[in-house]
Amino acid sequence: MLEIKDLHATIGGKEILKGITLTINAGEIHAVMGPNGAGKSTLSYVLAGRSGYEVTSGSVTYKGEDLLALSPDERACKGIFLAFQYPVEIPGVASATFMKTAYNARQKYRGEQEVDAMEFLKLVRVKTKELGIKDEMLKRAVNVGFSGGEKKRNEVLQMALLEPDLMLLDETDSGLDIDALKIAADGINRLRSPERAGLIITHYQRLLDYIIPDFVHVLADGRIVKSGDKSLALELEEKGYAEMSAA
Amino acid sequence: MAIAQETVEQVASVSEKYKYGFVSDIEADTAPIGLSEDIVRFISAKKEEPEWLLEWRLKAYRHWLTMEEPEWASVHYPKIDFQDIYYYSAPKVKDKLKSLDEVDPELLEVYKKLGIPLREQEVLAGVEGAYNVAVDAVFDSVSVATTFKARLEEDGVIFCPISEAVRDHPELVKKYMGSVVPYTDNYYATLNSAVFTDGSFCYIPKGVRCPMELSTYFRINAAQTGQFERTLIIAEEGSYVSYLEGCTAPMRDENQLHAAVVELIIDKDAEIKYSTVQNWYPGDENGIGGIFNFVTKRAACRGENSKVSWTQVETGSAITWKYPSCILQGDNSVGEFYSIAITNNMQQADTGTKMIHLGKNTSSTIISKGISAGRAQNTYRGLVRMGRKAENARNHTVCDSLLIGDKCGAHTVPYIENQSRTAKIEHEATTSKVSEEQLFYCQQRGLTEEESMALIVNGFCKEVLQKLPMEFAVEAQKLVGISLEGSVG
Ligand SMILES: Nc1ncnc2c1ncn2[C@@H]1O[C@H](COP(=O)(O)OP(=O)(O)OP(=O)(O)O)[C@@H](O)[C@H]1O
Ligand SMILES: [Mg+2]
Repeated sequence: MLEIKDLHATIGGKEILKGITLTINAGEIHAVMGPNGAGKSTLSYVLAGRSGYEVTSGSVTYKGEDLLALSPDERACKGIFLAFQYPVEIPGVASATFMKTAYNARQKYRGEQEVDAMEFLKLVRVKTKELGIKDEMLKRAVNVGFSGGEKKRNEVLQMALLEPDLMLLDETDSGLDIDALKIAADGINRLRSPERAGLIITHYQRLLDYIIPDFVHVLADGRIVKSGDKSLALELEEKGYAEMSAA
Repeated sequence: MAIAQETVEQVASVSEKYKYGFVSDIEADTAPIGLSEDIVRFISAKKEEPEWLLEWRLKAYRHWLTMEEPEWASVHYPKIDFQDIYYYSAPKVKDKLKSLDEVDPELLEVYKKLGIPLREQEVLAGVEGAYNVAVDAVFDSVSVATTFKARLEEDGVIFCPISEAVRDHPELVKKYMGSVVPYTDNYYATLNSAVFTDGSFCYIPKGVRCPMELSTYFRINAAQTGQFERTLIIAEEGSYVSYLEGCTAPMRDENQLHAAVVELIIDKDAEIKYSTVQNWYPGDENGIGGIFNFVTKRAACRGENSKVSWTQVETGSAITWKYPSCILQGDNSVGEFYSIAITNNMQQADTGTKMIHLGKNTSSTIISKGISAGRAQNTYRGLVRMGRKAENARNHTVCDSLLIGDKCGAHTVPYIENQSRTAKIEHEATTSKVSEEQLFYCQQRGLTEEESMALIVNGFCKEVLQKLPMEFAVEAQKLVGISLEGSVG
């Protein structure tokens, strides 16, 4: 589904990604761990197409297509969803309006029927219920005044609604309380299917108890320094990154 | 020369006839170019006006000659040659189009984006026979349209063109016209007083709640906006009316200069809600050809507990110079001003309000949302004055500016004059930018860059959009997006 080859990327002329090669097949979940500032978020932004992040060499193929040639919204409409590490506030725009607009943008792009407010509310209520989110949150402006955990739940809600093919989760677990973590993990697991794939950035092995990854990678200083299965996460928790990178 | 001679004769003959109080037939459809006493007389004669109104126009004209064009606003434009303007032309029958197929596709695209029904599109674009069809479409049938008028009459509401009011209700017009905006008021208002040709009159008698939003009706008539409009609305004791002027559909007009005057009179316990959507041609990316819009709008809250609210969405015109104001004379009277002003490319807007508190416990609210993109300049200019007798008067002002890109400008110029020891004045102002982060967040959810911008800006304007009549709010939201096209990327 996603094939990253020797990807180099810079921000403001500074090289952050220094040759990343990673293949994610449909049905797989890959966890990415690594120290602060390693370039994990940068990788997710480059995949989502954020401006200012310049790819200097390498390639990314998504569903057989050159991903880097697509605009961020095209990538989104083609099924890539990024749950932000720091979700962004949009004052004055109700969450429900935001999500309906996003939902319909994708429907339109795919040549499918757009939904009206009533139909949308029905769709979203199913998801809020599953995720234990109060409907009252739908009326509030996107992320404005949300607690850290609420912002993360809201990201999961949007993802559940948009049902992406490729989930990119950037520290979605950080800031969630234990119950919320379980609920969020359930939400993510519900999306798992042989047709979908995920890249999960996290600092905590705990999340991986709920979402069992097929692979775990360690990203340090812009490179993948080690890959393995779930046991690698446990090992990391014990030894820390310093020892790992030295090895 | 021959033409000039002919004109002189014509005007002479017209005023001759007028002396006898009878004008049967004036051949010319258009007054000669330029402005003079004769032109003022010509207009008055064309409108078959009574002597007092002609006198009033002439006083205004003579006063205008002594005035200087104001230069204090933050707008820059080439000097207007007032002798190079036609001050009267009969409503032109444009070359009728056979169908929408003949309409400029770019214009149709905008109609589509606004979600304007096909039949109304035909009216706006001037398709042959479309007018009657659209009235049918909107009101279901001609009989419903008649019912609409009948319904207003039943309640004693008078709603008609201002020239008709001069003829049919001279006592009301005479009593109120110029009572809020005197003919000496300011350069453009004085000019308007001398030469106004179109506009509406609305009178809501005591205790009547106008049975319908006057917007639906206006929607249809909006295509015939005039250059020098004069609007007069009177709400008698305990009455209420919601009035909407303008149109979200883009309007082109051959007249570059627009100078309208709107006067509102509100009695005890009465309320007027006045909404404007202004989307005149703003000119091209270089500002060539846009409308100059110099408007004087003022409301007098004369009675106790009277209330006025001005809501405006200003997206068009090359230059907007406009300060809808409230004179809060009655005790406990309330004035509100809600404004969205969007300037893109080379547009310039200098707009705001004046809240003049005279009575006790008067209160006013100002919410201004200014959005600048491209190389545009957007100025909020607002006066809050608390008079000596304005005990416990209150004002709350929120003035937010949003910048898109780094070549545009936003300016806030508040004037506060307080002579009341017990008055409370609060002023909040913010300036923000649409962040790359916000745009990216929206795009990551599947919205194009332009859709993202529209969504973010609509969020910024939300408090004001909510004040618009329901059926217009949706279109106004779309208009916000359309006005900003080309501002990103
Ligand atoms: N706009 C920028 N200009 C310069 N450097 C930047 C910019 N944005 C990010 N960086 C740098 O890029 C590096 C990688 O940042 P990134 O956010 O990808 O790290 P991360 O692995 O996600 O870290 P964390 O675990 O703390 O979230 C950091 O050193 C950061 O300071
Ligand atoms: Mg990060």
